[in-house]
Amino acid sequence: MTPSITIAKVKQRRIAELISHGKRLDERGLNDYREVQLEVGIIERAEGSARVRLGKTEVMVGIKIEIGTPFPDVPNEGVLTVNTELVPLASPKFEPGPPDENAIELARVVDRGIRESKAISMEKLCITPGKKVFIVFVDVYVLNHDGNLIDASAMAALAALLNTKIFNYEIKDDEIEIKLGYTQLPMADYPIAVTFAKINGKLVVDPWLVEEQVMDVRLTMTIDKDGKICAMQKGGYGYFSMEQVLEAAKIAQQKAEELRKIVVGE
Amino acid sequence: MSTYFEKRQLVVPGDLLAEGKYRAGDNTYKDDEKIYATRIGMVSLEDQTIHVVALKAFYVPSVGDTVIGRIVEVGISAWIVDISAPYPALLRASDVLDRPFNPRKDELPAIFDVNDLIIAKLVAYDRTRDPLLTVREPGLGKITRGQTVEVTPTKIPRVIGRKGSMISIIKEETGCQITIGQNGLILISGKTPEDERLAVMAIRKIEQESHTSGLTDRVTEMIRKEKAGV
Amino acid sequence: MFKIPKRKTEKKRLGILQKKPEKLIDKNNVRLDGRKLDELRSVKIGVGILANADGSAYIEQGKNKILAAVYGPKEVHPRHLALPDRTVLRCRYHMAPFSVQERKSPAPSRREIELSKVIREAIEPSIFVEYYPRTSIDVFIEVLQADGGTRCAGITVASLALADAGIPMRDLVAACAAGKVDGHLVLDLNDLEDKGGEADLPLALMSNLNAITLLQMDGDLTVNEFEQVLNLAVKGCKEIYTVQKDALKAKYVAVKEAVEEE
Repeated sequence: MTPSITIAKVKQRRIAELISHGKRLDERGLNDYREVQLEVGIIERAEGSARVRLGKTEVMVGIKIEIGTPFPDVPNEGVLTVNTELVPLASPKFEPGPPDENAIELARVVDRGIRESKAISMEKLCITPGKKVFIVFVDVYVLNHDGNLIDASAMAALAALLNTKIFNYEIKDDEIEIKLGYTQLPMADYPIAVTFAKINGKLVVDPWLVEEQVMDVRLTMTIDKDGKICAMQKGGYGYFSMEQVLEAAKIAQQKAEELRKIVVGE
Repeated sequence: MSTYFEKRQLVVPGDLLAEGKYRAGDNTYKDDEKIYATRIGMVSLEDQTIHVVALKAFYVPSVGDTVIGRIVEVGISAWIVDISAPYPALLRASDVLDRPFNPRKDELPAIFDVNDLIIAKLVAYDRTRDPLLTVREPGLGKITRGQTVEVTPTKIPRVIGRKGSMISIIKEETGCQITIGQNGLILISGKTPEDERLAVMAIRKIEQESHTSGLTDRVTEMIRKEKAGV
Repeated sequence: MFKIPKRKTEKKRLGILQKKPEKLIDKNNVRLDGRKLDELRSVKIGVGILANADGSAYIEQGKNKILAAVYGPKEVHPRHLALPDRTVLRCRYHMAPFSVQERKSPAPSRREIELSKVIREAIEPSIFVEYYPRTSIDVFIEVLQADGGTRCAGITVASLALADAGIPMRDLVAACAAGKVDGHLVLDLNDLEDKGGEADLPLALMSNLNAITLLQMDGDLTVNEFEQVLNLAVKGCKEIYTVQKDALKAKYVAVKEAVEEE
């Protein structure tokens, strides 16, 4: 639905002015991310978990592993499903109820990043081809919305997946028997999402809430560990020129490298 | 300074019409010294202003317009009228009764009921509220006979013709009384249903061929042929 | 002794899988459907084809058959959704249950909800939303038959339906996808190519403003490849733009020509 602007016009103009001089209201540079704080393994009941604080935006991701049937067209692969909850306590704008278009878009963008980069080695999740595979449930829980939910959620999802352990098992007489010990979820790539906002004709990375209310459009690029683009999503009511899109791609590669070190290097 | 069209050329939204110090007229907009069309229509240059006469557009209320509307709701002290615009119009009971409305004595449906057609004049309209109508002037009020025809409002000037030439011919040739609403509704009242049919045919032809020339003659010819053929 | 004839095994009705073709592009750079790498599917467009809608348009692009209808500007229902300073644009992208190989449930899927959002965001920049405060403009896109690139074809017809409804616009929005299939960069991927290829990039463009209003990508592209695919998609959009304009004029040109002949 159409967002209505809820911050004073005077403040909007100030933000736009500052940005045309290369400055932001919170004193960051146009290409600077807010501080990232990461914790993993905080929910013991989940097979994997992580919490990311990007500035004041807070997202928690829990991973649950279950056994289920594969899709008929890929009988040897595990199944990935990503869901997002914009829980009402995270923002006065969130209402209780089933996921709305924003929650769905967020889930699908995070999903695309993981899926298209082949971050999870899906063939290694096969138990019995065509019959039984592991299903990886990625549940993204937004706890505080202060802007740029996409990047925070993608980072938290990646960190949670890296933290995920699957129980060891043995197949005896067609039955799955759980053994002692765990194996790390097999990961092959580490996708990082980088989101830009366009304000007053300029691109800024990691928009916070106030900037999101002033921006007319955003562009997210998900970059894999080799610097390749594996997912992209434009959002919002404005538009980009081709030159801006290409400029964003170059900046995204850089920023993704920096953020990846925080998530993977820990 | 340059224009990129021929006289009365058909343009579509986004077509670049001109560049330079021209003014953006009807159905155009200016962006960075360039003027583009916003609707499908015929483009022309008049007095340094680029205009597009839209071939299809909905009615946007304008104060002073005479409109034909249909009552869609009878409220407590007013009627809601459909004038084929993005906004519903309001007709207050006090306007009709010429005195404050008395809920004990006055029954609105007896005056105008749902689905009645009225001829009214637009007296107030701005961005913050729905258009307001009046039926106080002579010639306004409930329509009791005849039929209505709806055309896209931008064609109304063509139906009227230069100095009323087109509409006069239709009235003469068919013997019908014709009232034109600026909102695209036209009331036709003839002596026989056949006369009314001819008038409707003529109006439909104008609507279809409004972007061509020599229309007045062709319309006259068509009506005469139809009358002769019957 | 007589031989009992072998009964042909019955394919299960559900889960009939299309055999995945080995190669989508042959050694002469010709695609499975005979197209060149940078060739659009055949496009046919009709405008003003639905009687009730304020504006409408229909497209056939390859095997895609998609209908768009516009209602508005009109009063907003429910009233509390109205905005005081602009119109509310609502968009619904929906696929008919019979539009795809395996019947799709009529309930809106998560994909349809996401696409409804990105399509709305792709066409809104073309509308002068401040012109009609306290109204709504509703856009409905129905996919009757799907073969890849439906969101792009949907945007193309939605834009025409808006123009057909007489809603003032900055420009028509044309949309087209490009991508990478079997290592080659291609234009206008069909369903097989989208599923079997390495990358798919749908794009929507307002040509005269050089404004990209839809940009998504899934797959795997280097930044260099991305630039080439982006350019290819823009080229495709410009071709579609020409078809759009012709379709819009067609209604009126035909009448003009008929009249001039008399």
